[in-house]
Amino acid sequence: MRRSIPGTALFDGELAERGFALNAMCFSFNDAANRAAFLADEDGYCRKFGLTTAQRGAVAARDVPAMLAAGGNVYYLAKLAGILGLNVQDLGALQTGRTVAEFKAMLVAARAGVDPDLGGLHLGPGSSGSARQRETA
Amino acid sequence: MANIVGGYFTSHVPAIGGAIQRGDQQSEYWKPFFDGFPPVRQWLADAAPDVAVVFYNDHGLNFFLDAMPTFAVGAAARYDNADEGWGLPVYKSFVGHPNLSWHLIEALVDAEFDVTTCQKMMVDHALSIPFELAWPDVDQWPVRLVPIAINTVQFPLPSPRRCLALGRAVGAALRSWPGDERIVVIGTGGLSHQLEGARAGFMNPDYDRFCLDHLADDPAALTAHSVEQVAELAGTQGVEILNWIAARGALGDARQTMVMRNYHVPISNTAAATVVLEPA
Repeated sequence: MRRSIPGTALFDGELAERGFALNAMCFSFNDAANRAAFLADEDGYCRKFGLTTAQRGAVAARDVPAMLAAGGNVYYLAKLAGILGLNVQDLGALQTGRTVAEFKAMLVAARAGVDPDLGGLHLGPGSSGSARQRETA
Repeated sequence: MANIVGGYFTSHVPAIGGAIQRGDQQSEYWKPFFDGFPPVRQWLADAAPDVAVVFYNDHGLNFFLDAMPTFAVGAAARYDNADEGWGLPVYKSFVGHPNLSWHLIEALVDAEFDVTTCQKMMVDHALSIPFELAWPDVDQWPVRLVPIAINTVQFPLPSPRRCLALGRAVGAALRSWPGDERIVVIGTGGLSHQLEGARAGFMNPDYDRFCLDHLADDPAALTAHSVEQVAELAGTQGVEILNWIAARGALGDARQTMVMRNYHVPISNTAAATVVLEPA
């Protein structure tokens, strides 16, 4: 039985089937000419790839959670996000209800949970340097 | 007999490529990550590999959901990077080693790993960025390439146990190769991160530490989890640890020395790590 992970939908066969057209469109954005064609006529380009009404609406609204619910996979959606000028912090903010500044601060705050024995550079006895040492404070 | 000189493991997130492009390596944000690479470069200079066998995952450059191989082995004389759609520069091409690729493929299928073979195969940032980090100033890569792509996109993903077994089979095949090549095994991606969903931004230093602490001497410990448990522990993109597990398997059962290890949170949305192992 599929595990249930909070805040997470594993991209399984059901999602892949649901999202095929949306992901196929995003895959096409590896080609600069296709990115330009999308920007010139977004809805027409979506229709050419056979996106569902829900998928077209999610794209038009830049609604990332709706794109995921419609079967979008983040590896491919990232190519659409690039066209829209969004990086993965922007995507994170959009999905978690935070501002981009808040989302970035949350990522940086995770450093506080890193044990000093784990964080930073450690050189082993096999290195051409000296014994194990920590470089960063 | 080919000589496996050791293993190099590193995160590969696209933002690293952006930082390199902007010359941001010494900025406050990026320095703790890039500080891990002088020891990698020194080790590579000393170990002098001439072939790299690289376990990585494709992010939608070469493979799409129309045909998604679980394990794909490159068998090309040349591998190109290309536009991935999100603004990274197109990276240098790689020279392949088709004879070694076919030797691996023969050995893997003989060992009942039913791999996909690729005589044409573009390789994405997950392969190019670790090379840019390792050899930042070269006009052409100093090693020939055998790429092995593991599906980390479309569930069901291969289990950690299967990936370790794949790596062990690759290692056995490399050791049976009659050439005198010096081979570095590379595993890319991770560590914990999740890009999508309400849990976007998730990282897990405790699980990362578990992986780093067991990678050298007890990689089988990493196979105690199912791949879905790994997704829960490491995040949905943190499953890229599969590449590390396979690469560690290729180093063989002998104990490994941790030459260096660097861990830094965060780069982009990712808990980043870099490791070099060599036979003890």
